[in-house]
Amino acid sequence: MDYINIFVKSIFVENMIFAYFLGMCSYLAVSKTVKTGVGLGAAVIFVLGITVPINFLLENYVLKAGAMTWMGPEFADVDLSFLSFIMFIAVIASIVQMVEMIVEKFAPALYGALGIFLPLIAVNCSILGGSLFMQERQYSSLGEATVFGLGSGVGWFLAIVAIAAIREKIRYSNVPAPLRGLGITFIITGLMGIAFMSFMGIEL
Amino acid sequence: MSETAEVKVKEPLFSKKNKKLLTDPLNDDNPITIQVLGICSALAITVQVKQAFVMSVSVLAVMIFSNLIVSLMRNLIPSRVRIIVQLVIVAALVILVDQVLKAFVYDVSKQLSVFVGLIITNCIIMGRLEAFALANKPFPSILDAIGNAAGYGWILIVVAVFREFFGSGKLWGIQLIPQSFYEFGYFNNGLMILPPMALITVGIIIWVQRSRNTKLIESN
Repeated sequence: MDYINIFVKSIFVENMIFAYFLGMCSYLAVSKTVKTGVGLGAAVIFVLGITVPINFLLENYVLKAGAMTWMGPEFADVDLSFLSFIMFIAVIASIVQMVEMIVEKFAPALYGALGIFLPLIAVNCSILGGSLFMQERQYSSLGEATVFGLGSGVGWFLAIVAIAAIREKIRYSNVPAPLRGLGITFIITGLMGIAFMSFMGIEL
Repeated sequence: MSETAEVKVKEPLFSKKNKKLLTDPLNDDNPITIQVLGICSALAITVQVKQAFVMSVSVLAVMIFSNLIVSLMRNLIPSRVRIIVQLVIVAALVILVDQVLKAFVYDVSKQLSVFVGLIITNCIIMGRLEAFALANKPFPSILDAIGNAAGYGWILIVVAVFREFFGSGKLWGIQLIPQSFYEFGYFNNGLMILPPMALITVGIIIWVQRSRNTKLIESN
């Protein structure tokens, strides 16, 4: 029950895009067509689903105050939590490098379409944000952390596919010239955020 | 751009080109509204002016030093591993900033929560490192960093001013709308505090900016 709650909450209530604006840069840049949006969204789900649990283990068995007690009692008062940023980003960067190589090998067409944005997943704020939220909210088990990572990824996926679909259609509408492109995308995202706020307070 | 590095002409300290580096990002090449970089943090921490100010200063500090370091090391970094090298440099600087904030402005650092850490992945920093510092000398890189951080900062502060003033009637935590207004039935606009209004405010800033400078209008 708890897992379902975390999953639904991280998709709808605490949506990475609409509640925290994480990963906006690639969200705005890659959402011109649904196809690339789906590709990047899937990559984000995958990377978040892997990195959040790995960073959870790292946090709980290496970084947290007293986390290294399993190595022996003399490590009990070691507190490495100030290193967490650099450790998290190192894990994320290496996982992204791996995903990039896999995609290049098995789906060259997708690799061509995503182009520069695949390496930039490493600096997609939603990935590091997922790990930092995991650290801040102190999920109690590996399962919860994994579910949270996957849920956040799915939420991000939904957001980018929705905005890409709207942007494909909006090309046929008569938007005021200075708002075209970036401006209207911001405003639509804001309106979608207001809609997503109606999920607030949902408990399962 | 790498050719310019070879030319050994002594430039004056603030030549026209260098001044352009400083002023362009403020308006015509603004990192947020034109280059679309660094949106994530720009929107999330603009509820209060104080938070926005602390954030802008942190980004400024991280940007200047990361641009300087990467620019000094630009001939030593192999291009295959450059992203990881840049991330490590930026992450080390952000840890410093985080510790400083925790030591001196603990309450603000608590409110900023994960967003200090997210300076690491702030696209402005990576974007400028990739686009500028890797190919330019240290001094222009510092100017580029200052210009872009200032361009980022002013958007952040403008958005925060609107959101704090209309959302809670305050600026920098000081009550500006007098109590008597509330007795006449004036209400704070609670919607302004919520996340979506940040997006809409930035959308409107883009609208104003592009109607004043029609060169920036996108084609589709």
